[in-house]
Amino acid sequence: MIKQFSLAAISIALTATSSLAATNITWWHGMAGRNGEVINEVAQKFNAAQTACALTPVSKGTYEEALASGIAAFRSGEQPNILQVFDAGAATIINAKGAVVPAEDLIKEAGYDFDRNAFIEGVRYFYADSDGKFVGMPFNSSAPIMYINDEALKKAGVEAPKTWEEFEAAAPKLKEAGYIPLVQAQLTWQFTENFFSRNNIQFATNNNGYDSVVDTKLKVTDPNLVMMFDKLKSWADEGYFAYYGAGWNDNQKPFEENKVALWIGSSGSFGGLQKTAQMPFSATFLPYWGSIAGAGTNSFIGGAALFAMAGKPAEENKCVADFFQFLTSPEIQKFYHQATGYVAITTAAYELTKSEGYYEKTPVAEVGIKQLMLPAGEWSKGYRLGFYPQIREIMEREYGRIFSGETTVKDAFDTIEREGNELLARFAKTAG
Amino acid sequence: MKRVQFSSPLLPYLFLAPQLAVIVIFFYWPSVRAIQSSFYLEDPFGFGSTFVGFDNYLGVLLSPEYLSIARFTALFTALVTFFSLALGLLLAVKADAVIRGNAAYKTLLISVYAIAPPVAGLIGMMFFDQHIGPFVKIAAFFGWEMKVGLSYFDTAFAMIFVAVWKQIPYNFIFFLSGLQALPASVREAAAIDCRSGIKRFWTVIFPLLAPTAFFLLIINVTYALFDTFGVIDVMVKDKAANNPITLVYKVYMDGFRGNDIGGSSAQSVILMIVVFVLTVLQFRFIERRIHYT
Repeated sequence: MIKQFSLAAISIALTATSSLAATNITWWHGMAGRNGEVINEVAQKFNAAQTACALTPVSKGTYEEALASGIAAFRSGEQPNILQVFDAGAATIINAKGAVVPAEDLIKEAGYDFDRNAFIEGVRYFYADSDGKFVGMPFNSSAPIMYINDEALKKAGVEAPKTWEEFEAAAPKLKEAGYIPLVQAQLTWQFTENFFSRNNIQFATNNNGYDSVVDTKLKVTDPNLVMMFDKLKSWADEGYFAYYGAGWNDNQKPFEENKVALWIGSSGSFGGLQKTAQMPFSATFLPYWGSIAGAGTNSFIGGAALFAMAGKPAEENKCVADFFQFLTSPEIQKFYHQATGYVAITTAAYELTKSEGYYEKTPVAEVGIKQLMLPAGEWSKGYRLGFYPQIREIMEREYGRIFSGETTVKDAFDTIEREGNELLARFAKTAG
Repeated sequence: MKRVQFSSPLLPYLFLAPQLAVIVIFFYWPSVRAIQSSFYLEDPFGFGSTFVGFDNYLGVLLSPEYLSIARFTALFTALVTFFSLALGLLLAVKADAVIRGNAAYKTLLISVYAIAPPVAGLIGMMFFDQHIGPFVKIAAFFGWEMKVGLSYFDTAFAMIFVAVWKQIPYNFIFFLSGLQALPASVREAAAIDCRSGIKRFWTVIFPLLAPTAFFLLIINVTYALFDTFGVIDVMVKDKAANNPITLVYKVYMDGFRGNDIGGSSAQSVILMIVVFVLTVLQFRFIERRIHYT
């Protein structure tokens, strides 16, 4: 481990000294462990592929810490060239007019062509402005998908459900077979944000917040969403659904231990599951409600994007554009997709990976990308909500209260809408 | 008191300068900035800030959520302070009475103090893990289905348990050295006058320990209010949800995670005032009753 690290350090140092004339650019990110190592590998590949620019990635801890460090650095004029910002923090950085150079402008100024349609459907809009111009460059992208315990389904004699109606029909049999029928991993991302995308329902006014920050209001008291949580609560009471709190791993563990039949995880979870799951598993799309007209659209991307920070000299911006070009090339996308489990974000990279037979060996890796490539609906493009990390905290709090019996589903959503709208109004004042 | 003579009147200030610089840079300057930001509503990147007067304070103080966190913080501080002082004292009195092998007992009790708070939190989290925690299994044996992370009460119990566990050795060290500093003659005289060990403890030994106890009271209150951050952060696993948190954790969540600089500054100013008032009260009302020898 230490040897590997020092080797990496030496090779970075060597590339830095060997390209003395090169323009240095920095990249702050919020990834740790294996995913952090892959970022270093991507940077090494970039530095080896050309001599004009030298890229140095720096891990700043978690997503939240990376954003907080980026903000603090920007305020003191010490910002990195590239900052990784996670999905929920997108509104914070995009609404701060002047904090970033839109990725699309940057790439065009550097003399490259930019084709929005090269990106897969589910990735195309999330970090773009309301006109569709890419502000952030989508980077690590994932989708919430359903993992299937093959043993459990075989034992119960049921098929993997496509809709929640099918799940309701299968749940008693799965329970009878001795399994917890359903567990999730993150109610905010999987059963709120992506409930709106998969069922094609409006999440917030002002075009899900894309058009303006002024008077944007949540629509979480939507009867369909309330119905979803009423169902989850009654499933929990009947033993068809189990909730282990807001922590991701607490909810993943019972699935790994072969106690759960269906688990909603991330398209990026399969790498870990391959090592930890005690039974064979497969995966399919996140279910939707057959009873909701127009449901079954693609999901939002989760994960994070890269933002080119403003206030940097032109030659450094050119290097950032070079790097973005490099990053979206099919070869690098394929490498990143296979090394981390995050989805490939361009059609070309997907086709390349497919043509090499990767998905025949690991079909689970294809589920997330296929779900993101489903046709988009009016409301499945994304959301742009200020102070959204705090709104998520309110949701987590109220959801916990629902399942510990401290509140009712209706009261919980009334509270989320009220407190969330207060935060949105506050954000509109800061951005205005 | 002996007067020290310096050859130049500036020299003492020079010696003080490093310490003063540290205080000014790391304490006064951030405090002033916090007070300033608490009156503004600011875009996190610093593009625009609007003066909003006391709006941030009103927003915080009128929020039922904030008040319920404040209530929990008060309860948490009281319980953690009480239990860690009481258990520390009990163990110190018992260890003081042990003659054979007392070094081994002391080392065992003190060693826990060497554990860093996040590590203590991590160990605590494993003790109370829903799937593998031994404490959860013990509780289940007695018919208590513990769900740390999901049930407010269970998480509060686990947090207080770990916070107390972490602090006992510190109190133990101070109480033990306090006990060992008591003159043997006083103890012997007391033993002749009174046969009841418990009575002797409360009327003779405890009053003599009071300066130590008072010092520890202040330290423990500050510990429970601020230094338990690491324990809480690890126990809630980065997602507070419906779990109990303290005011300091709320400042962190709103400021560093939510990027709401005005609101979290107002909260930290409120905390500064609370600590100031608490310290004044302690010195005015408790210290008066203590006799230093």
